Amino acid sequence: MIGFLAHRLGDMLAILIVVAVMVFVVVRVLPGDPATILVGDNASPEAAALMRETLGLDEPIPVQFLIWARNLLRGDLGQSIFLGEPVLTVLAQRAEPTLFLTLMAVMISVLIALPAGIVAAVFRNTVIDRAVLAFAMMIASVPSFWLGLIFISTFAVAHPWFPVSGYGAPGASLAERLHCLVLPALVLGLIKSALITRFTRSSMLDVLHEDFILTCRAKGLGEWAVIMKHALRSAFIPILTIIGLGLALLLGGAIVTETVFALPGVGNLVVSAVLRRDYPVIQGALLVIASVYVIVNVAIDLLYALVDPRVRLR
Amino acid sequence: MTTAILSGLRVGFAHAMRRSTLTIGLTVLAVFVLAAIFAPLLTPGPPDVLDIGRRMRPPSSDHWMGTDEFGRDVYTRLVYGGRLSLGIGAMTAFFSAIFGVTLGLLAGFFPVLDRTLSRVIDAMMAFPDILLAIALVAALNPSVANVVLALTVVYTPRIARTVRASTLVIRELPYVEAARALGVSSGRILRVHVLRNLVSPIIVQGTFVFAYAMLAEASLSFLGVGASPERPSWGTMISAARSYYRQADWLALYPGLAIMIAVLSLQMVGDALRDVLDPKLRRSV
Repeated sequence: MIGFLAHRLGDMLAILIVVAVMVFVVVRVLPGDPATILVGDNASPEAAALMRETLGLDEPIPVQFLIWARNLLRGDLGQSIFLGEPVLTVLAQRAEPTLFLTLMAVMISVLIALPAGIVAAVFRNTVIDRAVLAFAMMIASVPSFWLGLIFISTFAVAHPWFPVSGYGAPGASLAERLHCLVLPALVLGLIKSALITRFTRSSMLDVLHEDFILTCRAKGLGEWAVIMKHALRSAFIPILTIIGLGLALLLGGAIVTETVFALPGVGNLVVSAVLRRDYPVIQGALLVIASVYVIVNVAIDLLYALVDPRVRLR
Repeated sequence: MTTAILSGLRVGFAHAMRRSTLTIGLTVLAVFVLAAIFAPLLTPGPPDVLDIGRRMRPPSSDHWMGTDEFGRDVYTRLVYGGRLSLGIGAMTAFFSAIFGVTLGLLAGFFPVLDRTLSRVIDAMMAFPDILLAIALVAALNPSVANVVLALTVVYTPRIARTVRASTLVIRELPYVEAARALGVSSGRILRVHVLRNLVSPIIVQGTFVFAYAMLAEASLSFLGVGASPERPSWGTMISAARSYYRQADWLALYPGLAIMIAVLSLQMVGDALRDVLDPKLRRSV
């Protein structure tokens, strides 16, 4: 187990280093010059040059990377050029809506997908199964922002049950803030449920063919007990993987939905940072989001190995 | 006995469903592609004819899908919009397949390269697709070529991963070993013995990338970093409709439906192809 742990952690470190290099390269390909934007169009070239020097943008690219990497190891992601605050602080301020939105969305998707996937597997190749699969495929084909607009016009404008957008007035209570997240979480949860449904179904189908299920039935267990207690329990580990990865992807991937509902989350921050060419924020956000994904991935792997010793031997 | 009949019926039902899925998917897709190609024949005029006197008219016999905020015919723009949306999806699928297959074959066949390539592939997949695409498009400035480039960067690792996994399996098969024992060169083994067996998973993956790329292109247009603000695409149409959805909900309705139906038909084709081309999967998927 220790060997496996060391191996996976070493892998993780290598991937994180590649991620860091990629983030740096992607962001430095950006043609716009933040110094010029910052000092304004009317400023003299000298002022822009001075600003570039202050920001360290006049150094050669490899030197810039080394400085950035050194600061990174100290936990310093740099200063936002536009907001004038440390990137880490800016990210932390935007973390709450994204985190709550993700959790709510994943909860909704699991509530839809688990029962749907199990029912489809149990009634495999029947009309019920086909209907579940067809619905999952349809949901996976809907553009998220379009579904968002439809939800807004239905549940916020025509029937004003939920706010159209935003995250409540400043100082809004937790209940009010969560109320603002219901519609966006429904959009994300519905779309995410498509993949989890299909995965639950195929994972259950794999297990239902195993010999131990036959044994359960042979010893006279009721079908309900066979499915819920024995089949689901073994099918659940791979399902959990998909749920975990979905969680990790949503933490950074809710960009479009956050924009539709004007939620002040991380995704929204990235979009505005890209439009303003706020290098440090783009770098920091990309790095944090990708790292979360990599770390969650490894954590799932380790959990797997803990539960199923065969994995360690691979 | 009854169980046997029942399971026979089930298999027959599943088979019929698969067939009809493929037929329906391909037919709908063909209609969309033909409409995009022959757009000038199917529409009353070019997509950018302004008619300020007829702004935001609801659907009528003159304008099947109504008019937009500049009085342009929504139906015409929808048909022309398919050119950009479908074109970007198809090009992304094509280029991702070429690069993904190359990377995947190299990583799967040469263990020396695998360590580095796999990590790069893993690192690339750690970025949510829209996030990476928006950063790249913004970096390269929005244009059709750059959107295709950015989406290709996003989807190449996905294809590479599938190809690598299959290559790892095929590499160990007896006939590849036999070919190697006969002194066949690595390049020829890859081309003739490995790649040829990968054609069906590549086609299936390519179909899905086509579908996802269309959704991603729409999202990019919606966020304002799409291919082109002047030329209509389904994503830009929805994006523009956002400001008017209270007065004119049809503006967002039709392009949204167009995306959904096109992506759905692609997924149907991909799913059915996977079943048809890989009989081993028939049981579970």
